[in-house]
Amino acid sequence: MTVKETEASPESAGAEGNGRRATASQRQLVWWSFKKHRLALVSAWVLGFMLVVIAFCEFFAPFDDRHRDSEYTTAPPQVLKLWDTDGPDGFQWGLHVDGYTSEQDPRSLRITYEANPEDRVDVGFFVKGEEYELFGLIPWDRHLIGPEDPEDPMYLLGTTTDGQDLLSQLVYATRVSASVGVIGVLLAFALGIVLGAISGYFGGWIDNVIQRVIELFMAVPSIPLWLGLAAALPADMSPVTRYFIITTILALVAWTGLAREVRGRFLALRGEEFVTSALLDGSSRRRVMFRHMLPSFSSHIIAALSLSIPSMILAETALSWLGLGLRPPAVSWGVQLQDASKWSVLSGAPWLLIPGLVVVIVVLAFNFVGDGMRDAADPYKH
Amino acid sequence: MSETASSEPMLEINDLHIRFPVRRNMLGRVTVENHAVSGVDLTLMPGETLGLVGESGCGKTTLGRTIVGAQQATSGSIVYDGRDLTQLKNREKGRYRRQIRMVFQDPFSSLNPRMTLRQIIGDPLVATGEAKGAELEDRVAEMMRKVGLSPDYMDRYPHAFSGGQRQRVNIARALIVGPKLVVADEPVSALDVSVRAQILNLLRELQAEFGLTYLFISHDLSVVENIADRVAVMYFGKIVELADTAELYEKPSHPYTEALMSAVPIPDPSRRGRTGRVLLPDDLPDPTKPPPGCAFASRCRYAEAGRCDTGEVDFVDGVRCVRSEELELQGIAKTDAQ
Repeated sequence: MTVKETEASPESAGAEGNGRRATASQRQLVWWSFKKHRLALVSAWVLGFMLVVIAFCEFFAPFDDRHRDSEYTTAPPQVLKLWDTDGPDGFQWGLHVDGYTSEQDPRSLRITYEANPEDRVDVGFFVKGEEYELFGLIPWDRHLIGPEDPEDPMYLLGTTTDGQDLLSQLVYATRVSASVGVIGVLLAFALGIVLGAISGYFGGWIDNVIQRVIELFMAVPSIPLWLGLAAALPADMSPVTRYFIITTILALVAWTGLAREVRGRFLALRGEEFVTSALLDGSSRRRVMFRHMLPSFSSHIIAALSLSIPSMILAETALSWLGLGLRPPAVSWGVQLQDASKWSVLSGAPWLLIPGLVVVIVVLAFNFVGDGMRDAADPYKH
Repeated sequence: MSETASSEPMLEINDLHIRFPVRRNMLGRVTVENHAVSGVDLTLMPGETLGLVGESGCGKTTLGRTIVGAQQATSGSIVYDGRDLTQLKNREKGRYRRQIRMVFQDPFSSLNPRMTLRQIIGDPLVATGEAKGAELEDRVAEMMRKVGLSPDYMDRYPHAFSGGQRQRVNIARALIVGPKLVVADEPVSALDVSVRAQILNLLRELQAEFGLTYLFISHDLSVVENIADRVAVMYFGKIVELADTAELYEKPSHPYTEALMSAVPIPDPSRRGRTGRVLLPDDLPDPTKPPPGCAFASRCRYAEAGRCDTGEVDFVDGVRCVRSEELELQGIAKTDAQ
């Protein structure tokens, strides 16, 4: 056999035209393919905006979440106007909303509000309002938008039956509901990944035990389980404790699906020779599981993560709406929607459904981003 | 290729058995077992290349995996450096894992697609905390040069490389910890014929440079003829013939070896044997129920009822066949070009 030695070079890399793809890290490849998914990209922007709002929610909300104006309960949304033609001086520029006139029905005692163009409420950006502390540290009193005189009513999305500003409440509720979703999913994932990995990697009786436990959790209908666990919480618990316990309860129900998925992946990978070779290289089992095997499908996990946040958010919303999750004074989307659960109230105040709309938008955004990531997750599939 | 110089064996395998549980009863006791390796004795001399051939399922890969410690032996011993590898405690394994390394068959599934060459080749050093930072990089770069890969490709992922290059990566990973014995499990079976020769040459060069001993597992007799000093033929979990390469190819003593050889395609028509192809009927014995007598008897054209299918056949003078003395078997002449 006569064959001359040739210096090896990655010819396939050359064939791809440039070295960009060959040397690109997995993250870059995923990002390039994610960018092609238009809807996912738009959704990612929506979620990014939501994140900013969550981080600076005291600044974005015109009023504090405890702000209550008993003068204006269930007042309709106001229209933001750029100029004014009804004022005493005729046409006039200036951002403002119309104030309200109220009228009480003598028989039902229900108060109805009408926009009153005579009563002009000047609105400005970066106005001084209620004082707050950003991140609990930096004291400030500016709000992105608000009435120039903090005593004036400015309710862009109307008010609740308690006379709270729906917009401010919505901003604070977004922080609570979205973070329940994200934190809950992270908890569920920590549990699911570790148990799924152990189950799939070791197999045998360990696998058997974990799988039976998962089946047990899956066999219990999740809504009664939530209800039961949530109902067991004492009513006088502080909102913060309640928040964390509700999040944990949601996570305890949600981890099973992911554990199954991770187990399947580990089972499939266990037979791969690179796993054997990693063991022979002297890696500990934990290193093999979490450094060699897990990265092979980390992108799938991230995709699964963003796909399971919506169900977590919806679960929290449902629980709170039923009065078993978070309770006032905590605000979440579910708590807000409680207001809209009576038809008699809703028929006169349809704006109370706006939090529901936000739930739909956020849930869809998480789903689209998850879809995009799932498609982009395996950049090596060609 | 280095001739066997020292008389002290490097590795001694004694009566090795490896069985896999197939079915268990309700109490968890094994009722049906698969006998993958049933009583193998083998000796490897320092610096030699021992070829291990046999068809798929004969237990050769299982044997190789047991030697490197990826598989538990059921009974028997593997003595290396005065220690029985089958009896090692977990904390002792590390030392032997560095001295006995494996090159895998499949250059695709044996490289983690999510790791760069730097991470793959350097992993044995990182996992044991032996080297890091600049030293790690230097050693990986040096190893890459040794196997004919440019260190410039260190940060590329395996998907950018061809099968032959991936196999070089595999070899680099195996050799970076400075082993003495390398179990090469079909290292060239997945490669093109042209690349195959390059990898074989590389293995030979590295053997000369580092004084390696190879256990070269293959189903391909022409590859083994090319690289091995001695060849062991394995059938149904047992070694059926063991001889020096030239001797074995010229004059096989076991009918199974003859059948294997007749299956090797010979490009030169004048060198094709007179008997032509020996076709084996496809009735391998059930590995859960080893037959009495010679396991090859059911497929052997020389089998004699009463002699071959009763009683254990002993391994005598490098062959496990009761009729080896009487038979005149056909080999293939040693290829002249090397």
